[in-house]
Amino acid sequence: MAINHLAPEQTEQFADNIVGFARALRAASMPVGPGAVIDAMSALQVIDIGNRADVFTTLEAIFVKRHEHALIFKQAFNLFFRASEEWKHMLDSVPLPEQAKKKPQAGARRVQEAMSQPRMTETPQHQEQDLRLSVSDKEILQKKDFAQMSAAEITEALRAIERMHLPQAELLTRRHRPDPRGLRLDLRRTLRASLRTGGDIIDIHRLGRIEKPAPIVALLDISGSMSEYTRLFLHFLHAIGDARKRVSVFLFGTRLTNVTRALRQRDPDEALASCSASVEDWAGGTRISASLHNFNKLWARRVLSQGAIVLLISDGLEREADSRLAFEMDRLHRSCRRLIWLNPLLRFGGFEAKAQGIKMMLPHVDEFRPVHNLSSIQELITTLSRPLPPHHRSLIRSVA
Amino acid sequence: MTSAANTSGANTSVVLPASVDAMLELLTSRGYLAERSLATVTYLSLRMGRPLFLEGEAGVGKTEIAKVLSAALGRKLIRLQCYEGLDVSSAVYEWNSAAQMIAIRMAEAAGDTDREQLSSDIFADRYMIKRPLLQALEPDVAGPPVLLIDELDRADEAFEAYLLEILSDFQVTIPEFGTVKAPHPPIVIITSNRTREIHDALKRRCLYHWVDYPAAERELAIVKTRVPGISAKLSQQVVRFVQALRNQDFYKSPGVAETIDWATALSELDARSLTPQVVGDTLGALLKYQDDITRMQGDTLQKVLKEATSEN
Repeated sequence: MAINHLAPEQTEQFADNIVGFARALRAASMPVGPGAVIDAMSALQVIDIGNRADVFTTLEAIFVKRHEHALIFKQAFNLFFRASEEWKHMLDSVPLPEQAKKKPQAGARRVQEAMSQPRMTETPQHQEQDLRLSVSDKEILQKKDFAQMSAAEITEALRAIERMHLPQAELLTRRHRPDPRGLRLDLRRTLRASLRTGGDIIDIHRLGRIEKPAPIVALLDISGSMSEYTRLFLHFLHAIGDARKRVSVFLFGTRLTNVTRALRQRDPDEALASCSASVEDWAGGTRISASLHNFNKLWARRVLSQGAIVLLISDGLEREADSRLAFEMDRLHRSCRRLIWLNPLLRFGGFEAKAQGIKMMLPHVDEFRPVHNLSSIQELITTLSRPLPPHHRSLIRSVA
Repeated sequence: MTSAANTSGANTSVVLPASVDAMLELLTSRGYLAERSLATVTYLSLRMGRPLFLEGEAGVGKTEIAKVLSAALGRKLIRLQCYEGLDVSSAVYEWNSAAQMIAIRMAEAAGDTDREQLSSDIFADRYMIKRPLLQALEPDVAGPPVLLIDELDRADEAFEAYLLEILSDFQVTIPEFGTVKAPHPPIVIITSNRTREIHDALKRRCLYHWVDYPAAERELAIVKTRVPGISAKLSQQVVRFVQALRNQDFYKSPGVAETIDWATALSELDARSLTPQVVGDTLGALLKYQDDITRMQGDTLQKVLKEATSEN
């Protein structure tokens, strides 16, 4: 049976080591639960712990559950098990997560704003007046460009976005559920029901196909030229992510960042804060072509394979606009169900696709829409809730 | 759950390897040249009775290890190929409704009207069609089978959630029948190509390992084992060429399976060494996207070819 390589006095030391190591991994933002520590202990019982490589693989198989964490693990392992004497010292100097993060709490701004609301003590007459005004304010707000809003108006717009309800654009799945008007016969339930009457089939039970909202993948440009819009769009994406499960969000400027997990936290401020913490190139330059290339190569097959709708939110102002950009757009277009480009520049009435980048990208989208105010976001929601076309034509278009 | 239950009790035809080295030897004896790290996690999964979750690009030998393991240990291989919409009736069990219906009619004709009796009769074992997951829980004379859950990323989330119970307790609950529990848990290998992320809850129940492309030396050994007739010079060039391709920025890099295919193709064509002509004709065995093939024309091809055929 299990060969115990560990002498009793070593075991305690070793257990301390593993617990300390797990703590270090946790501090390095890897999700390591206590179950994994117990697993690690029992796994180390059955291998030869004299072999460093085997210990590495064993601990890796237990602590690493995502390929992205493999690098962190490797570094942590090499640091931690460098020399037997040093680990304790290391342990003391590892910053705990709560100490490491000395940022203001995410909800702080909202609380602050709420506390500094001006008209708290005003008289009823004034309030009536305000109410009348605010109705027309709302109309203005609907049409007002996000870039020109005051702080108070943005707050109002954020609230409106949170209230927006996204009807589910349905996609038929291959799964079934009981449905009296379904097309398939549910033999199992029919039979069970018939037993109640001693074998006579009276009711025929049927199955219908389950409908599910199509996944949405958003690629949001966070370069400097888009900075006035990004926060609102993130709010929008957070709001729709709340309603449907399958929303993946990627941010890109000079590089591509997947913020899906960060954005999944329930509180919008919390989510946005952790989102911006994971992005390094906030409000910098744009490299659309390179970012799309990265997306196509690393993520497209992982997030687009379930018939996803892609929302590309960008002004398309790309300096290095060449044939690569067109190529990557084409690839993206061919790997999703529907590619919708949302461009805030479309707010200008006489907008023409003059910029080289926009010209390159435009032939490869299914829809080109403005998003610069609340009413255009509302229109977008209506579009997203329409029944989907079975597949867009470009799927059969050959690669030139 | 983590007891080494499968080493005792069952009538095993081959004794489970007792160390990482023994595991490595066992796999090698069946022509699977594994990296030591893969042998380590496989060994651990056997010893700890935990499912092994293998992730990696297509064609790096994830599925193969389950096949080799079942052959080497003399266990039955039960394979569940996942697809979207995979549900309980095709993965676990289904009632043979037609046979049940006939049984009811027969009972009626015989004048049997005891309803209780009838319902317990027709929900018996013999009217149940067992699908892979239920089969894997049944005892086998050769020892617990190897259960391969292939390409789990293709199944939908609902099925993944269903797997949670099976993988942690090795049991399924059938409403009309009761709970079926495996006397000895099967050896479970789950593979994923990452076309979507698998939920953490499932990964937590498994040992996780990322299967990478092999290093040149190992890949050369694999080619020699799998394509026996190939000349030393050609096999070396093939491996160098493929390794150089993986450094290029392709949409889909060739896996080991593609290397073997290509080496076999070249060997069938009696090629002695790589020439632009023969590479151009057979590139489809390596690259599976038209865009990638187009990019390989001209200068890139010359450069990679030169790298692969230079003597040193």
